Amino acid sequence: MNPVTLNVDNLRVYYRTLRGDVKAVDGVTFQVADGEIMGLAGESGCGKSTLGKSLIRLDGRMRHVDGRVDLDDEALPIDDMKAMDKYRFKKVSIVPQYAMSALNPTRKVGKMIEELLESRGVRFENVRPELERRLSLVGLSLDVLGMYPIELSGGMKQRTVMVLSTLLNPALLIADEITSALDVSTQKAVAETLVEFRDRDYVKSTIVITHDLAILYQIADSILVMYAGRLAEKAPADVIIESPRHPYTRLLISSLPEVGVRYEEKRLTGIPGRPPPLLNPPSGCRFRHRCPLAFEKCVEQPPFVEVEPNHRVACWATAPP
Amino acid sequence: METAEPQAEVVAGTVVAPAPSAAPKRRRSETLYFAFRNRKLLLGLSVVFFMLLVALVGPMLTDRDPFEFYDQLGQPPSKDHWLGTTAPGQDVFAQFVYGLRASFIVGAVAGCVAAAIGMAVGFAGGYRGGVVDEILSMLTNVVLVIPTIAVLIVVSAYLSVGSLFSEALLIGLTSWPWAARAIRAQTFSLASRDFVSLARLSGQSGWKIVVKEIAPNMSSYLFLTFILLFGSSVLIAATLDFLGLGPPEVMSLGQMLNVAVSNSALQLSMWWWFIAPGVGITAIVAGLYVMNVGLDEVFNPRLRQT
Amino acid sequence: MLALDNISKTYKVGTFGGGRLVAVRDVSLEIEPGEVVSLIGESGSGKSTIGRMILRLSPATAGTIRFDGVDISGLKGRRVKEYYRSVQGVFQDPFSSYNPIFKADRVLSLIRDTYFSGMRRAEWNDKVADSLEAVGLNPGDCLSKYPHQLSGGQLQRMLLARALLLDIRILVADEVISMLDASTRVDVLNLLGELKERGLGILFITHDLSLGNYISERAVILRHGSIVEMGATEKVFGNPLHPYTKMLIASVPHLHKKWDQVEREVGAPDALEHVVREERTGEPAAGDDAAPPLKQVDDDHFVALG
Repeated sequence: MNPVTLNVDNLRVYYRTLRGDVKAVDGVTFQVADGEIMGLAGESGCGKSTLGKSLIRLDGRMRHVDGRVDLDDEALPIDDMKAMDKYRFKKVSIVPQYAMSALNPTRKVGKMIEELLESRGVRFENVRPELERRLSLVGLSLDVLGMYPIELSGGMKQRTVMVLSTLLNPALLIADEITSALDVSTQKAVAETLVEFRDRDYVKSTIVITHDLAILYQIADSILVMYAGRLAEKAPADVIIESPRHPYTRLLISSLPEVGVRYEEKRLTGIPGRPPPLLNPPSGCRFRHRCPLAFEKCVEQPPFVEVEPNHRVACWATAPP
Repeated sequence: METAEPQAEVVAGTVVAPAPSAAPKRRRSETLYFAFRNRKLLLGLSVVFFMLLVALVGPMLTDRDPFEFYDQLGQPPSKDHWLGTTAPGQDVFAQFVYGLRASFIVGAVAGCVAAAIGMAVGFAGGYRGGVVDEILSMLTNVVLVIPTIAVLIVVSAYLSVGSLFSEALLIGLTSWPWAARAIRAQTFSLASRDFVSLARLSGQSGWKIVVKEIAPNMSSYLFLTFILLFGSSVLIAATLDFLGLGPPEVMSLGQMLNVAVSNSALQLSMWWWFIAPGVGITAIVAGLYVMNVGLDEVFNPRLRQT
Repeated sequence: MLALDNISKTYKVGTFGGGRLVAVRDVSLEIEPGEVVSLIGESGSGKSTIGRMILRLSPATAGTIRFDGVDISGLKGRRVKEYYRSVQGVFQDPFSSYNPIFKADRVLSLIRDTYFSGMRRAEWNDKVADSLEAVGLNPGDCLSKYPHQLSGGQLQRMLLARALLLDIRILVADEVISMLDASTRVDVLNLLGELKERGLGILFITHDLSLGNYISERAVILRHGSIVEMGATEKVFGNPLHPYTKMLIASVPHLHKKWDQVEREVGAPDALEHVVREERTGEPAAGDDAAPPLKQVDDDHFVALG
């Protein structure tokens, strides 16, 4: 059994709104092993972004309701914004969604990096050689440090942010939709960079949050599929794509067009209906209203059980405990 | 992939589920809910409303004429003259309430003129872009850069402003630029939205699109702009009147201050004479500005401090 | 039916409009009834610009676009409305395509105002219901709702229903499903397939090769404003000849083949090298006006090599 970097136990994170609590992450348990790149997949509103952000507590609107998170066997104070300060950037780091659009347009890139490091108590001059080495590794010329964000392309900004987030060799990196707004060639470069960082020990374990299962098939060791705030399935990447068990995963994968598949030859189908609202979610399995295999037992929430080594599924029909 | 931000996508899931017909009513009442809870809005609105009430009702309460001279000269407030009398013997209360009325009229008329010009110029430049926008922008910048007060002083001195309406017109003609710029910027960003392209694909023409698609989207913004123009017009009018350049036949708060100062009211401690108009102007203008800040918070959820 | 002949679009950029940005360079292509032509390119390739030119939202700087033999740049007034009866568009962001302050079905009533103003209400309602059902929407679910109460998929379908109210023959679909969730994407895509089978000609603009491959008869690969490869979809994807096409196919993440395997099959260069090279050299120099000409290499397969 591989040593585990991250252990998440029954995590519940809600958003408080005028109309009640939105149960964005509602009882999530999983582990990420040392050196593992785990993909966190799901469609919009499933809670994957919330889950990612809750591990580093970057968003003041979310409320930690239950559960614990352990990083390298040490409990993370994810309910306390200030206490998380000493872990952020050093032990656990995040490349947030839209990061590349959030660079301060009035600061040169080098100056921004310097200010960020100083604010974390790291002397810029100490890490400068390593920073320059890593920038070259991802194909960025050192001139980038003297440029303004507007002079850089989307791919360049994304790679800069990735280098910055991993500069202090965190144990856990959370990458939130880092390939979404990029061109397909840059997407591949960025995804491969993520693997490179892991191979060179710049980060120990990575959680890649995305809706794009195909990218995860290419670079992730395992994939965790989320639906409506809960976990549907977790398995090695190949297994999820080639032999998924959960009806949602199966329907999702069979709805993805691929180069080589044509409309006339093989008609793909989507999933009818929409995910349930997370304000007052239905009881039991949250996929049951759209599931072709739903039966009476599904009004009770299925447990997330192991059906074969390293393959867990939450479904009464396909994975009876 | 939906690119809405997480809180929007999560909250959007909550709006979809309940009864659909509740949504438009909920949106309007949500605005009202926040409106009634916003302290700045309520404070500003009450002050302005109170002043308006005084302006409307005041002249009916008194039988004194603001220009007539009475026997008591320079007397502090008494039961004969509720706010006392001026040095030459005019009734301060009568002057005050008629002056308030004049302030509101100038504010409204000048505000409307400036808003109308500002909207015409802003919408045209923002929607058309290109050469039209460059010409209008240049025009806006030129008028913006002109020192308005100086121009108004010169023009008023030569043209001898005869009535409240001509004063209001002059003020309106010089205070529209910043409104035009603000409206142009908003129009620019709205005009690039796909629903405008779709309106064009539906065979709608330029001005119709501006009036039916773009302006309604900016309605709260236009409202705020009008209130600010109202306030600034009142202030500019008071300044002009104070310098003696307003219509002499009409009693105004600025004029009261002008006469008070030239009669050394401050030095002679005739406090009732200058405090009333000063408070009047300050209350209206400050009330409007505070109201504006409050309204901004109501219309723009991100500014709310709940 | 729709023919683009050496279309170019140049923008003036920089202070005082001194510089030139060539967004589209000498593009020629045709769309026939009952076929889907994919226009595939990354950001900055000019694909959306071409769509907008076809929709007359932006004029071409050079070249002609002919619909049924008639040059569309010369159309004015009533003729433009007639053009839109035959050619319509649907855009990428469903939430930007609807004016948020009005109900969603307003996009349908705008069509009625321009094209069916004489029609009786009952007849119009029937027509709307037919159109909605043709795109897989339940009229009861989506009429009288605000855009934020409907999902992205429903909104995009309603826009397709809107286009079907007219007797369109060409549809410009600009990234219409890229902002939808994966599980609804393919349903809207299948809908486009059905429309194609009914005789509609569709220009499917996308950056996603798998979608283009699924739905289109012919594919056009666009790079920096000019066509690098085009022809029958099986030929372009099955036997890519231009290095850029090869690079695109090798960079798309496949679901059952790993990247190194695809790279070996296609013989494409490394993605990071390509990206870095593009960043270092930037776009082709502004003086580079002529694109390398397309050479025919096979029946319905053209490549720009030279």
